[in-house]
Amino acid sequence: MSDDATTEIVPGWETIIGLEVHAELATATKLFSDAPNRFGGEPNTYVDPVSLGLPGSLPVLNEQAVELAIRVGLSLHCRVQRSVFARKNYFYPDMPKDFQISQYDLPINEEGWMELADGRRVGIERAHLEEDTGKSTHVGGGGRIHEAGHSLVDYNRAGVPLIEIVGAPDLRSAEDARAYVSELRSILVAIGASDGKMEEGSMRVDCNVSVRPVGDAVLGTRCEIKNINSLRSLGRAIVYESRRQVDLITSGERVEQQTRHWNEDEGRTHKLRSKEEAYDYRYFPEPDLVPVDPSEEWIESVRAALPVLPRERRHRLAEAAGVDTATASLTVERGMDDLAVDAIGAGADPARVLVHVENNLADGAGALTATSFAALVAMEVGGDLTATQAKTVLATLVTDGGDPAAVATDLGFEAMDDGALESVVDDLIAAHPEDWVAFTSGDDKERKKKSGFFVGMVMKATNGQADGRAVNEILARRAEA
Amino acid sequence: MSTPEGTTARVLASDIRSGARSARTVLEEHLEAIDAREGEINAFNLVLADEARAAADAVDARVAAGEDPGPLAGVPVALKDNMCTRGVPTTCSSRILEGWRPPYDATVVERLVAAGAVVVGKTNLDEFAMGSSTENSAFGVTRNPLDPTKVPGGSSGGSAAAVAAGFTPLALGSDTGGSIRQPAALCGVVGVKPTYGAVSRYGLVAFASSLDQIGPFSRTVADSALMLEVIGGHDRRDSTSIPEPAPDLSSVLDHGVEGLRIGVIEELSGDGLEGVADDVRARLHEAAAALEAAGATVATTSVPSTVYGLSAYYVVAPAEASSNLARYDGVRFGLRVDAPNAGDMNTATRTAGFGDEVKRRIMLGTYALSAGYYDAYYGKSQKVRTLILEDFARAYGEFDLLLSPTAPTTAFPIGEKTADPMTMYLNDVCTIPSNLAGHPSMSVPFGVGEDGMPVGVQVLAPASGEPTMFRAAKVLEAAAPDGHPAVGGTMVGSSAGVRHE
Amino acid sequence: MTDRISKEDVAHVADLARLTLTDEELEAFTGQLADVLDHAADLAALDLDDVEPMTHPLPIHNVLRPDVVGETSDRAEVLACAPSVEDEQFRVPPVLGESP
Repeated sequence: MSDDATTEIVPGWETIIGLEVHAELATATKLFSDAPNRFGGEPNTYVDPVSLGLPGSLPVLNEQAVELAIRVGLSLHCRVQRSVFARKNYFYPDMPKDFQISQYDLPINEEGWMELADGRRVGIERAHLEEDTGKSTHVGGGGRIHEAGHSLVDYNRAGVPLIEIVGAPDLRSAEDARAYVSELRSILVAIGASDGKMEEGSMRVDCNVSVRPVGDAVLGTRCEIKNINSLRSLGRAIVYESRRQVDLITSGERVEQQTRHWNEDEGRTHKLRSKEEAYDYRYFPEPDLVPVDPSEEWIESVRAALPVLPRERRHRLAEAAGVDTATASLTVERGMDDLAVDAIGAGADPARVLVHVENNLADGAGALTATSFAALVAMEVGGDLTATQAKTVLATLVTDGGDPAAVATDLGFEAMDDGALESVVDDLIAAHPEDWVAFTSGDDKERKKKSGFFVGMVMKATNGQADGRAVNEILARRAEA
Repeated sequence: MSTPEGTTARVLASDIRSGARSARTVLEEHLEAIDAREGEINAFNLVLADEARAAADAVDARVAAGEDPGPLAGVPVALKDNMCTRGVPTTCSSRILEGWRPPYDATVVERLVAAGAVVVGKTNLDEFAMGSSTENSAFGVTRNPLDPTKVPGGSSGGSAAAVAAGFTPLALGSDTGGSIRQPAALCGVVGVKPTYGAVSRYGLVAFASSLDQIGPFSRTVADSALMLEVIGGHDRRDSTSIPEPAPDLSSVLDHGVEGLRIGVIEELSGDGLEGVADDVRARLHEAAAALEAAGATVATTSVPSTVYGLSAYYVVAPAEASSNLARYDGVRFGLRVDAPNAGDMNTATRTAGFGDEVKRRIMLGTYALSAGYYDAYYGKSQKVRTLILEDFARAYGEFDLLLSPTAPTTAFPIGEKTADPMTMYLNDVCTIPSNLAGHPSMSVPFGVGEDGMPVGVQVLAPASGEPTMFRAAKVLEAAAPDGHPAVGGTMVGSSAGVRHE
Repeated sequence: MTDRISKEDVAHVADLARLTLTDEELEAFTGQLADVLDHAADLAALDLDDVEPMTHPLPIHNVLRPDVVGETSDRAEVLACAPSVEDEQFRVPPVLGESP
């Protein structure tokens, strides 16, 4: 079975998935101090007493982080509400205070939803603010934690604002999970909240997986999987974990509620700790911070300033093109839906527009405008350009801009008139009599092969200007004659 | 030695600003006083003589240049050693921070220095401000200047002693459950805990974040008012800071108490409260009478929930402390005791670096917050705070100010209460309710007990009620019985009121 | 209400708080903590279901700071306080296990 199975991972079993995504917010400063929120600086240069947790230091909340959190909440159709910060207490060297300021009972955003590219809605339980930790690097041994001689800690990242988005367990496959992450990422990027780069760590995904026999109503025991660093790993981890859990159950054992670590090289998960060992974080409301209660005015102003979101783009293009949202999604993903909608609005054939985006605009639209796109498609549909020629003209419009008719003329793409084309075909028939006989009297397979032969010869003779369809039409007429 | 009047911060500052006296001379006098008795009293963890001289000289230079160094120009001040002073060791009287030099100044330190004050040293405290006697310090006990066999109170015992001994006219302390007011009472000086949020906590090493406040010690009520005007007011680096400038206290100080309604808190003063000594109670009644004589209406009143204050405090404060003190892990600063792995290093460091009282409170606090116990302890205690607030609100519906003893007894002998933590905790029963409510309160010396040791009377006010509170304090100060060290003008070294054993 | 705090409880919280206790200390601390908590047991009798917890003494909210970079610490000054430094970073013994 392939890792990308979209059908049941194990036949007869349903996989339930809920994702927790942490995204770094694109602010200038940290969540609770005005030290810079920047990547890649010299170690311990983006720090101050607050981000080092020095005795006597106090947190002060970043207004822009709240603004972005509200944007995220509204984009995910959450209720934006009065919220309180809480301390999550645990010891770890990358934690300057040995507690993390997060949100627990009263998060800023709750109870929302997100629509995937295929139109299905999934639940968003909450999206709250919390501070990031510093980074430790292990030195000595194999560079992995258990073999390290010692660790070095850099607190540049400590205090960077994070938004933690907790999704409902509404996903059912590895593909669902990847679609969820992609959609979430494109929303975060569209609203300017985060740059969403999983491989760089500005977006991190933890995955909760459980299984149950198809048809069962009760949820199985779930395991949380950490250390997933790419969409591909996400899929692989879900598949592995589903199989692992099914194997346990079918061999008579129970799935233990655990946190597990995904090992990319080994392609498997390892137990980190069990529920019994689950850490007691001793959450309590952060006494150094006061509640955040965004006013209706503030929330509405954020709402009014939201850009058009991917979901809206899909719906808009779907409507304009007369297709379903799933079909529209690729164009939206490529960021070319505005272009497509405008081109269609200028009269272009929607199907051709979408096909071109899919096949010929993978690297972007460049200098192509909606007007020239529409004109190009009109020429193609009207028979002035073959598909091949249209592709070439399009490429030029992308790199250099301009008007399709002018570009076509410059490239020497005149439409061949029918008469000229027929003589070319006749000449070739005459020059290849055996092949012609094979074409006219052969079986389907032979006919197809020979048609390809003749079309190819015509293309060669006309420097690619012939329209393949027209050639086949002529061959068919000649064959009947 | 200068005259009593000449030793107040107000007069000193005024003389120095006008050029009548030099800051350097004033400083040297105080350094002499320190030299004479610091060996015996141990008020300081660190005396900054050279730095202070340089600061005093700088003040004099500014005066000579026709500039105004500020309202505390040249006034020597002592700082409790849990306030960050850049480049200067800030130890919280703990081994775990021994020698730690903060890379920044607390806001109050910045404001004091900007006002021209001369920082003379860092004073001793109960480790991490946890205690009521300064016996929990890792650097030795501080002795009460009025009787060196007795405690100065705590946790700000060093600051209280420094002022009582005449080492400095002003000192700063911190108060979480009474740590300014109780030592003020035991040492016979004025001590103020302002409204929560009135003074910035930025740079104050946190003990219990929702209770801690910085406040002044002084020999006179007017000096504490001046200090609060300098250090108080909004600080954008402290999210729990009241968004207002410091209130003007000086101009209302002498407005008296005519027409004010003052309630004596029954639950903290009556025969009902175990442990309040007869002589303390007697001074309280005399203080009430003095206020009445000055035109106030005085009656008893009930603030019932205060009886739960001690219990709630000894859950909330340790709970917050257990979290605030987690950062002392040997990683970034302070003591490290090495071990093969980070977790064991944390444990070895904290075990070696913290004293018993700190460990007790950390464990108590960890327990109160732990899974399964949160609602019963921390959750409930936070609700008790609301009850206390509501009871105070009812009382302040009828009264402008409230009155109680500050401490249940006069200063007790060193070592008397160290065997049983609970006995020590009972010292805070009168002071704790103000911290839980976030209200201001202050201790004013009012006579002595049967043993000749000072008694303090506590004036309580509603949130931001400092102006009214200080008016009553001023009246009490003027009416205090003769022979009291602070008001009678008896200086360090004089025989009256001082015991040498 | 809850049972009196036991030695196991104290050992557990000592562990959570990264403290090691000797047997004598465990014994002594257990007794002392139990005394304090017994005192707190008088709260148990109170019916506080309808009372809101007071988490902040001040009735303020929305204390926010503009998103503008301020001063950063001088790295040398900060690292000078550190028990162990390597490559401008804080050096610590290896951590067993991953972050909770």
